[in-house]
Amino acid sequence: MTTLPVASVVVPKRTFALDARAIKIVVQRDLIRTFQDRTRFISQLIQPVLFLFVLGSGLSSLTGSATGPIDLRTFMFPGVLATSTLFTAMFSAMSIVWDREFGFLREMLVAPVRRSSIILGKALGGATIATAQAVIVMVLGAFVHVPYTFGLVLTLLAEVFLLSFTLTAFGLAIVARITQVQTVMGLMQMLLLPLSFLSGALYPLSNLPTWLSIVVRFNPLTYAVHPVRTAVFAHLTLPDTVRQRLNPPLTWFGWDVPTWMQLGLVAVMGIGLMLVAIRQFQRVE
Amino acid sequence: MSAVEVRGLKKSYGEIEAVKGVDFDVQPGETFGFLGPNGAGKSTTIKILCTLAKASGGSASVAGFDVTSQRDQVRRHIGLVFQDTTLDNYLTAELNLRFHAELYGMPRESVAPRLEQVLKMVGLWDRKDSKVITFSGGMKRRLEIARGLMHSPRVLFLDEPTVGLDPQTRASIWQYIHELRQQEEITIFLTTHYMDEAEQCDRIAIMDHGLLVALDTPAALKASVGTDRVTIRTSDDEEALKRLPDAIQTGDGIVLNVEDGEGYVPKLFAELGVPITNVSISKPSLDDVFLSYTGRTIRDSEVNPGMPAFFAAMRR
Repeated sequence: MTTLPVASVVVPKRTFALDARAIKIVVQRDLIRTFQDRTRFISQLIQPVLFLFVLGSGLSSLTGSATGPIDLRTFMFPGVLATSTLFTAMFSAMSIVWDREFGFLREMLVAPVRRSSIILGKALGGATIATAQAVIVMVLGAFVHVPYTFGLVLTLLAEVFLLSFTLTAFGLAIVARITQVQTVMGLMQMLLLPLSFLSGALYPLSNLPTWLSIVVRFNPLTYAVHPVRTAVFAHLTLPDTVRQRLNPPLTWFGWDVPTWMQLGLVAVMGIGLMLVAIRQFQRVE
Repeated sequence: MSAVEVRGLKKSYGEIEAVKGVDFDVQPGETFGFLGPNGAGKSTTIKILCTLAKASGGSASVAGFDVTSQRDQVRRHIGLVFQDTTLDNYLTAELNLRFHAELYGMPRESVAPRLEQVLKMVGLWDRKDSKVITFSGGMKRRLEIARGLMHSPRVLFLDEPTVGLDPQTRASIWQYIHELRQQEEITIFLTTHYMDEAEQCDRIAIMDHGLLVALDTPAALKASVGTDRVTIRTSDDEEALKRLPDAIQTGDGIVLNVEDGEGYVPKLFAELGVPITNVSISKPSLDDVFLSYTGRTIRDSEVNPGMPAFFAAMRR
């Protein structure tokens, strides 16, 4: 047997570049895994199709002239986009429970990088996947008269990316301590529909019963759905009365919360939830 | 400098003291066997050495770095192969190793040659593009060993590297371990429940009830628990017994307990004066050692497949 030269150990200094490499590879792995699993990717597209073309078309006959000159489905589109982002982002966060159950999480947690890099990689991975999926949902939007312009597409993508980052961080913070896939499945069932139903994704925020209008304002998702809808409505030509009914300003005690502030709120929540998730994963025995 | 240095190491979980003050050193290049019944504090000690748990007292250093204050340095210098697989089944063998290389910040230019080197060492080079899910248990373990070696660690921790594998695969894993010792300047720290594997270590430590109860070479440990047993048959047992006052007559023949069986037998042949027709020497086994230090046989203390392990087996 030939003796190979003893491999020298090169210990890189802990630098930002090193953590960046770790973040990148964690994102890459999530992307590879997702696009390998086409079934999952496609099955997550079924839901927006159902909402938009089945539920939307069906309800159109009921609402009739209530939506004025615009298609109900155009109105629903921003909510459908946000809801599908919610599902994809949360499922991405869930993958860390799988990684834990099948042992791979350990491989990541024993590596000589900051745990925050691993978690940040997971959140960015989830955000990237959700945004990629949003691109496909946006193609569906073209069939329901969403008045796309280049600027609108960019705005929507940026908003979806921000939202999906926050939602993945939210998911990670929730699942951090969960060790079993079954548990997390149940938990997601419990969270996902209430979150989307209480966000104004599928109905306008005007004329809501008081209790509902309060609950909606406590739901973080509301602050992501509203900017998306506002962006779409900005490109529609509508009588003011219709606009007022379908896309009323989001208010706190009668004060209009500006769009930048809503997005800022989503970003701050994203960072906060990220820190919570990192803390959860940083606990050493 | 020792590869592993442990001083007064303690670890408590609430009221329970899992490790009650342990001291030992592992020399560079050594293959060090770490034995003990379940619940002896063995896993806790390893977790601390691998920076996966914090010590409650005492200190430990691995490859010259303190496990508490220089956590990342320790991690970069050790390779870990756990009992349970930590591979990504849906990635190829190569991607699993590349992922590892990135996480460990290996210099980019060294990744490809090292990848080839370690995969060839464990005989998986031709399967590098296959997904891990298509691998057998033995192949997965070999891939884990390759991955543990990917970043050229100074100390390789192997936790039950051959548990659950068939004898042939076990033998081949040990073959790789031996080659590894020749090829790389590496210290191997391993736990095992197989006596024949413990036998192959340079030194063995036995832990029980949170304390180190024995630490020496396999030969010295065996010598410490008893003497060699020489059994002879002669053409005239009565005469032989007269001439050997310490001997005992048993159904198997005349039994003598001596310090050094191999050295004693030639003298016996030369000096007994009674023709010897048959001779056998039996040495105390490591199982005798284990039994004498822990009160249990190594087999009895083997991993009891509790519920989680059972489910893990079902899932496969």
